[in-house]
Amino acid sequence: MAQHKVNYTQNAGLPVALTTIDKVVNWGRSNSIWALTYGLACCGIEMMASGASRYDFDRYGTIFRASPRQADVMIVAGTLTKKHAEFIKRLYDQMTEPRWVISMGSCANTGGMFNTYATVQGVDRIIPVDLYLPGCAPRPETLQYGVMLLQKKIRAEKAIKSQKTKRLM
Amino acid sequence: MRAYTPKDDVQAKAYYTDRFYVSPQVAKQDVSSDEVFAADLEAIKAKFEVLEAYIQVEQMVVYINAKDNVDVIKLVKEELDYTQLSEMSAIDWIAKSGQFEIFYQMLSMGKRKRIRIKCFIGKDEAINSVEKLFRSADWSEREMYDMFGIEVNNHPFLKRILMPYDWEGYPLLKTYPLEGDEFAAWYEVDKIYGKEARDIIGPEIRDTARVDRYDSERFGRLGHEVPKGTKITGNEPKTPLAYQEEGGVFMIDRFDEEKSVIITDRNR
Repeated sequence: MAQHKVNYTQNAGLPVALTTIDKVVNWGRSNSIWALTYGLACCGIEMMASGASRYDFDRYGTIFRASPRQADVMIVAGTLTKKHAEFIKRLYDQMTEPRWVISMGSCANTGGMFNTYATVQGVDRIIPVDLYLPGCAPRPETLQYGVMLLQKKIRAEKAIKSQKTKRLM
Repeated sequence: MRAYTPKDDVQAKAYYTDRFYVSPQVAKQDVSSDEVFAADLEAIKAKFEVLEAYIQVEQMVVYINAKDNVDVIKLVKEELDYTQLSEMSAIDWIAKSGQFEIFYQMLSMGKRKRIRIKCFIGKDEAINSVEKLFRSADWSEREMYDMFGIEVNNHPFLKRILMPYDWEGYPLLKTYPLEGDEFAAWYEVDKIYGKEARDIIGPEIRDTARVDRYDSERFGRLGHEVPKGTKITGNEPKTPLAYQEEGGVFMIDRFDEEKSVIITDRNR
């Protein structure tokens, strides 16, 4: 049987840590941000590198999921074409709330170098975006910093209230 | 010395504007200068009318009548050993002569030669499919239909291949604007949210040189971040680099830049 060593001289003699429900819920949410696998172009390679062993996204509790129903954050990594725009909206709608969106790289932010008829000029024309990462393509460090900023944003939210539904319009 | 061009607005302006520009041609040689090509051309000429033929960059170019295209390619494939159709598509000459030029790029692995069969069709004419001879023509002809609007007779599944099925317009026509017509500009908004959402979402921002330092809606200003929608005065205090909020997080230590150690010795 395990022996639990409790230091009764600390924390007013109680093996208890006091906190608020908000903090506990936000602690859980912000440290297990499951991301939807959404590599659309070359930014997807950097996103995969962030998930692989060198940069190791698992340390943050960020695990890539192949289903929108299990994902908390959609990392839009790459060029969004107009043909694909309706599917990104459909996948976003399938994600359960609370949900967040990271727009990764120039193409997802503004259309980037693809100033053409076939490219959506910024994914924020289709879905509401929480965080924009600059770069072409952003390094894995940028994505990690972005995820840490998103954690910061999640921790600042009121967890016990229902999340204000984000709508583009 | 190269002529000086002002570069102040080089990003705002299109790099290249004349879409009807025709590049200068490489020198053409007579077909008789290559005996393999000369024999091939004789075999084609024996059965079909050849409008023009020459050698350019070690490849023979043969112009034929558009109605002969399937028969010529069948002959070239079965009797002259050009067993691969490596590429086919069209060129838009509507502004010049009201015609499309259709080309078939063929490769012979045995002879180690390439020839190009070309023909012209009018703007509203259709071309016969070579899909029965070369399966690779299936998608190429669909792409030709998608990009130029050229209809192909006897094609098993003539449908758009790159653009969405409900797309309007043919993007590779010289008259099609690079940044899209009105249908293209509003395509995704109309399809997902409906036409009434155009006013709310707004037009696309197409100016690649546009930089708005005080835009707090679209980009966080790194180091000077403000909440979304805040009025920017330009005197925002610099936010220090921090990975976690003040006071730290339950059970997690806060990153402290002062206390952190930067490792410079790789072999320590």
